[in-house]
Amino acid sequence: MATVKFDDATRVYPGATRPSVDKLNIDIADGEFLVLVGPSGCGKSTSLRMLAGLEEVNGGKIWIGDRDVTNLSPKDRDVAMVFQNYALYPHMTVADNMGFALKIAGVNKSEIDTRVKEAAKILDLTQYLERKPKALSGGQRQRVAMGRAIVRSPQVFLMDEPLSNLDAKLRVQTRTQIASLQRRLGVTTVYVTHDQTEAMTMGDRVAVLKDGLLQQCDSPRHMYDHPDNLFVAGFIGSPAMNLIGMPVVDGGVRFGSTTIPVPRGALGNAGSEVIVGVRPEDVDVRPEGDGLPITIEVVEELGADAYIYGTPQAGQVTKEEGIEKPFIARVDGRRPPEKGATMYITPQSGRVHIFNGTTGERLVD
Amino acid sequence: MSAASATAMREVPVPACPRVWETGGVALDITASRPDPALLDLPWSMPLEDWPADRLAALPRGISRHVVRFVKLSGRILAIKEIKAELAVREYYMLRNLGRLGLPCVEPFAVVSGRVDAAGAPLDACLVTRHLQFSLPYRALYSQSLRPDTAARLIDALAVLLVRLHLAGFWWGDVSLSNTLFVRDAGAFAAYLVDAETGELRERLSDGQREHDLDIARVNIAGELFDLEAGGLLHGEDPIDTSERIVHRYRELWDELTAAETFGSGERWRVEDRIRRLNDIGFDVDELATVTDLGGTSIFIQPKVVDAGHHSRRLLRLTGLDVEEGQARRLLNDLDSFRAATDRQGEDEELVAHDWLADIYEPITRSVPPRMRGKLEPAELFHEILEHRWYMAELAGQDIRIEDATVDYVANVLPSKPEEKSILGVDTTEIPVHAVDTQELPVVRRTAR
Ligand SMILES: Nc1ncnc2c1ncn2[C@@H]1O[C@H](COP(=O)(O)OP(=O)(O)OP(=O)(O)O)[C@@H](O)[C@H]1O
Ligand SMILES: Nc1ncnc2c1ncn2[C@@H]1O[C@H](COP(=O)(O)OP(=O)(O)OP(=O)(O)O)[C@@H](O)[C@H]1O
Ligand SMILES: [Mg+2]
Ligand SMILES: [Mg+2]
Repeated sequence: MATVKFDDATRVYPGATRPSVDKLNIDIADGEFLVLVGPSGCGKSTSLRMLAGLEEVNGGKIWIGDRDVTNLSPKDRDVAMVFQNYALYPHMTVADNMGFALKIAGVNKSEIDTRVKEAAKILDLTQYLERKPKALSGGQRQRVAMGRAIVRSPQVFLMDEPLSNLDAKLRVQTRTQIASLQRRLGVTTVYVTHDQTEAMTMGDRVAVLKDGLLQQCDSPRHMYDHPDNLFVAGFIGSPAMNLIGMPVVDGGVRFGSTTIPVPRGALGNAGSEVIVGVRPEDVDVRPEGDGLPITIEVVEELGADAYIYGTPQAGQVTKEEGIEKPFIARVDGRRPPEKGATMYITPQSGRVHIFNGTTGERLVD
Repeated sequence: MSAASATAMREVPVPACPRVWETGGVALDITASRPDPALLDLPWSMPLEDWPADRLAALPRGISRHVVRFVKLSGRILAIKEIKAELAVREYYMLRNLGRLGLPCVEPFAVVSGRVDAAGAPLDACLVTRHLQFSLPYRALYSQSLRPDTAARLIDALAVLLVRLHLAGFWWGDVSLSNTLFVRDAGAFAAYLVDAETGELRERLSDGQREHDLDIARVNIAGELFDLEAGGLLHGEDPIDTSERIVHRYRELWDELTAAETFGSGERWRVEDRIRRLNDIGFDVDELATVTDLGGTSIFIQPKVVDAGHHSRRLLRLTGLDVEEGQARRLLNDLDSFRAATDRQGEDEELVAHDWLADIYEPITRSVPPRMRGKLEPAELFHEILEHRWYMAELAGQDIRIEDATVDYVANVLPSKPEEKSILGVDTTEIPVHAVDTQELPVVRRTAR
């Protein structure tokens, strides 16, 4: 097995004015499941192709184990790029569907047999090996597709949005399967998706990219609790974190009629206002008292919980963001407030994130 | 709610449509540049898989993960693919952009989203494209008796398509025989892109992106050929060797189209020569970088912008005929012989072309009885007749008039050709059983006497 290291890896496309991947540094542990996530165009596929040996590296290096593979051809890297689209061939048995890529690679027949049988056992497909794919369910077909990658037993799996064309149900099902399979196989995996939920549920660690720059690489838990900057704070989590501009006051940051205590030193040179981030589940919502008053516009009942969407009342927030986007809070689903009501929001202590409004950087721990 | 508000149709006034109305005021959302109101008559509230057979046209198609069906609508045939809305919309615009770049691909027609079934549960959106007439999915070709080099010819056509897409900056991401449609082209094939779901369009591609596509192509083609082999449909071709052909052909063509050359300033004819070579393989050079070194002893040239369709554009300009590249070359050759035979070398090319069209091409292609016109496109038919005349002449040891060759061809060869305009009554489905595959393309045998 192998570790993977992006070491200042940089890619500038011919004719481009700036790097599509800019000095990427990630150390991936042996057997780790690392997810690269970010909006369209942030450089996920480019990073993956650089690791696969398909994209030229213009600066920095790429390591697999203790080998510098920066200038090796794809076939000398022992990585398997799992296709986005896997066709299943109707005339071929499940076994042949899983093994034919090895035939292309020149692996001998008995070795192919052995590897296909092993993969089938792991995937719970042994009894179907001699059948045609037509006889399989959607989930089983998806597993045959995975079998095609597994039989290659590479040092590293690379997957670029492998679930993007599945329907929602199969997607969730396959997501879990891939993650648990990867853990059983223990093969280092780099997985690309634009879907933060997918990233958070699958990855041992998640690396968030934006405009070719790594924003943060962390465990899902730590990333959720400690986003390093505004972008990560807004990108990770659904519904998204509330991010609102608030004035800096004596002893801290104002939040409606209350003050979030923040030592002056921690605010550095943030100036007279900062962005306060609170997740919808990290607030107390009361019909009266202290806090930020919001007018409720939508109540979304989900059974045990409900989400309320409201607008902070005039004069309460300093940044446009706070006005344009509704403030979202999770409340008890059995006693949700009514539409039109005014509610007072206070963040739970220790659950507040504060960011520099200009640089987007996280302030305070 | 009125029918009008229940159905949002962009870029066109909403027609009154009782159907949609009756199915409970479903909010169908149709994106199309010129929507056909008849689209609303299709049973959108049913999963595509369950659409009644009487609405469908049973045409052959390639392997696909999505459900794909063909329907007849207002006198044309449409292909419908059930797929997630955001992917459908993306593919629709991608196909439209590729079309605008002049690349050979199927033509997008509409995206229908907001579908729900009778119980109100949401259904996936549908991407609607126009069925490409006279197109042959590779699986339909393989169910006919074939020349042993069919796979090679298909792959050659695919290599041309891939090079053209790459030159335009399109990364396909799912290159395969199934995602390509083939159209006969003077005995060879021309390839069209049919599935743009995974594609990305860039200003230009990096070498890595092109390599990635080639890698995908090779594995997919090998898989598709192994599949034909398992179905007993491959005639002695080796799947692995054949799949490697895509890589070689692609590289050959790419190099010919893009490579730089340097030569001594005494060999200036080589500039002309390079352009002629590119013309011969069907490309025009729109921009050629030429650099002379300081001492003036050597010249460096590199094609910067090349454009496929050298012969077809010329034929279009001369005659108004819009045909495939190989067909155009064939027709232009015949036009040249016409000019020689009528001794009109000195005359204006357009005038001669006009007469050739009126005296030769049109009478010949029109002399086919209407019931046999769905077998081959006119230009391909003309090509076949030229071939036939050649065989007849060889057999007879003397020249044969094209009119006589036509009569003989229509009587003895054409009747046994399959119907290819839109091969009805056949369904290769996504999972064809071998039995279905072999008995398709009903070969009509009729003695034309
Ligand atoms: N051949 C190219 N030439 C110039 N720029 C390119 C080329 N290919 C990609 N880019 C640019 O590089 C950046 C990163 O692209 P990349 O495909 O890696 O993004 P991605 O994160 O995978 O996006 P998506 O989610 O859309 O797949 C984008 O801005 C893209 O436009
Ligand atoms: N406009 C069209 N004209 C003719 N044939 C078509 C057309 N559209 C689709 N087809 C046929 O339907 C088949 C499946 O279509 P398509 O490849 O778009 O589906 P898919 O499910 O996206 O495939 P994949 O599994 O490769 O992603 C094609 O191989 C082709 O034979
Ligand atoms: Mg990508
Ligand atoms: Mg397809």
